[in-house]
Amino acid sequence: IYRMMQTIRRMELKADQLYKQKIIRGFCHLYDGQEACAVGIETGINLSDHLITAYRAHGYTLTRGGTVREIMAELTGRRGGIAKGKGGSMHMYTKHFYGGNGIVGAQVPLGAGVALACKYLGNNEICVCLYGDGAANQGQIFETYNMASLWKLPCIFICENNKYGMGTSVERASTSTHYFKKGDFIPGLRMDGMDVLCVREATKFAAEHCRSGKGPILMELQTYRYHGHSMSDPGISYRTREEIQEVRSKSDPISMLKDRMLSNNMASVEELKEIDVEVRKEIEEAAQFATTDPEPPLEDLCN
Amino acid sequence: MYMYYGITMVFFTVFWVCHIYIYINNMTLFIFYHVSYQNVTPFLCIIIALHSVEYHVLPCDICIINCILLLQVTVRDALNQAMDEELERDERVFLLGEEVAQYDGAYKVSRGLWKKYGDKRIIDTPITEMGFAGIAVGAAMAGLRPICEFMTFNFSMQAIDQVINSAAKTYYMSAGRQSVPIVFRGPNGASAGVAAQHSQCFAAWYGHCPGLKVVSPWSAEDARGLLKSAIRDDNPVVFLENELMYGVPFEMSEESQSKDFLIPIGKAKIERQGNHITVVSHSRMVSLCLDAAAVLAKEGIECEVINMRTIRPLDAEAIETSVMKTNHLITVEGGWPQFGVGGEILARIMEGPAFNYLDAPAVRVTGVDIPMPYAKILEDNSVPQIKDIIFSVKKTLNA
Repeated sequence: IYRMMQTIRRMELKADQLYKQKIIRGFCHLYDGQEACAVGIETGINLSDHLITAYRAHGYTLTRGGTVREIMAELTGRRGGIAKGKGGSMHMYTKHFYGGNGIVGAQVPLGAGVALACKYLGNNEICVCLYGDGAANQGQIFETYNMASLWKLPCIFICENNKYGMGTSVERASTSTHYFKKGDFIPGLRMDGMDVLCVREATKFAAEHCRSGKGPILMELQTYRYHGHSMSDPGISYRTREEIQEVRSKSDPISMLKDRMLSNNMASVEELKEIDVEVRKEIEEAAQFATTDPEPPLEDLCN
Repeated sequence: MYMYYGITMVFFTVFWVCHIYIYINNMTLFIFYHVSYQNVTPFLCIIIALHSVEYHVLPCDICIINCILLLQVTVRDALNQAMDEELERDERVFLLGEEVAQYDGAYKVSRGLWKKYGDKRIIDTPITEMGFAGIAVGAAMAGLRPICEFMTFNFSMQAIDQVINSAAKTYYMSAGRQSVPIVFRGPNGASAGVAAQHSQCFAAWYGHCPGLKVVSPWSAEDARGLLKSAIRDDNPVVFLENELMYGVPFEMSEESQSKDFLIPIGKAKIERQGNHITVVSHSRMVSLCLDAAAVLAKEGIECEVINMRTIRPLDAEAIETSVMKTNHLITVEGGWPQFGVGGEILARIMEGPAFNYLDAPAVRVTGVDIPMPYAKILEDNSVPQIKDIIFSVKKTLNA
């Protein structure tokens, strides 16, 4: 878990660097700060389960089986990218991971559809369907809550509430900021999305709920993103530097896990340092590949 | 086909003269057959046989009637049979949409399917197009083969983001990793008296988008073969039906009754051969073109009527080959003129080898550039009529 979170963190920071060097272009929505969500969820489900999210998807692409190499090469638009350079930051796919979706909220009905397939095929699999606080007011999400609830689809709806929908704080966007309650008849839980173990346990609970045929369930993860909405947003016009700093020092998911592991003697300082070094190396190699791999051939244009 | 029908009509007429009483009663059964929308032909044989004593029907009458009845299938029934067979053939195929299950379909196209296949495979949805279209696309991504019905394509606008951004573009964006084998079907275009918000033609809108296949059947055979192909296709297919065509019976060949009868998507059909002018059309307008061609034939003008069958990918080659023979072209469609199907065809002809063969500018006959009005006289004049097609043909030939 520690390694995975650290990998996501390092990868996103590297992407930031590459973007500023103009090697990555277009949209780039970074996930640093929210690592506990992606990693906690993945450890609460099986690889054979399904997951779909919106555009802040690099972390999930990794937890769902993508490699750092493939992800970074996709960001730089090279042929070795996970979508061969055709998708970019927002359109990455792996097995049982349906992206990476650019249209806010559109992934929610899709996720319920995947859950319908799971129920239809009777394979005891579930679908985790993620969206943000900004998307939470989308009409199609409420349409989906209704149908998922009506047909008892094995779908875990998860709202990653990082307090800001682009530049709009939750107080300015929603009459009710209790996102876990918006599912009406769907039971909802709210938890600390910075605590990876908490997320894991909640996900396990939710998965069990769905698998037992009780229908959908909703989770709200209270989390935070260090970067702005995307690379074109400095992220300080609608929130203060002090706020960001406070979260970094008091609730950083990786630090919190590290402290817990050390104080419970689950790992030594050296072991964790070793992991850090390995992760850095992996990221460097991936970045190297991503900057040197050639672009897709022109023949691929209409293929 | 037509000859066969002609011979049976001759026999029928002869016997009709001798058995007027019987004819009237048999026609009642004939009409009953069409109205009931069920494939009751064997059952009907028994009815006729039982009644034959009462109505003094000769055995040959029964044969003729059965022959005629057997070969006549409405577009509605053809669609119904196609879906039935595909549902049976592949466990992963299922149908969802408003009123498709217990109501038997808003236009009765899915009649009997829920009774046969149950809740799991025929799903009634709430009136939430964006939601259920998205759910259908998600199910397709996860390995099922949904048929998503829009009560009319006007309502698909609510869900158009899911059709275009989630379905159409995904195969390309994922570099071939994620396919979306879904069929969006439903009635498209003008109906009768349903006014502006319920009469729009979406052929041009969907035909514009890479990643989609767009199909527009005319006859019952088209409906059957193309729907089967669409369901078996691994790409998202937009299947544009026509409400006014649902009840129209067509002859179906022996071959088209086979469970594996497929019409390839992307290939047009020449419904009528001719040497003087090429008339290209799709969906209900093909009927009008054939009617216009029959009238023009009496004046010695032979039209080659092409039924497009598919909007995207457009069979430009078939049109070009025809134009290179006839040297004249008009297109006929129910949709609006600007940026439409006809516009695309004309542009392709300009850009291709057939341009040099044109003896006159190619012309489009389209619906009028207005939202569909309600009053019958206004509505009738908002879509192409036979006289408009005849006028256009003559004008092009005399240019």
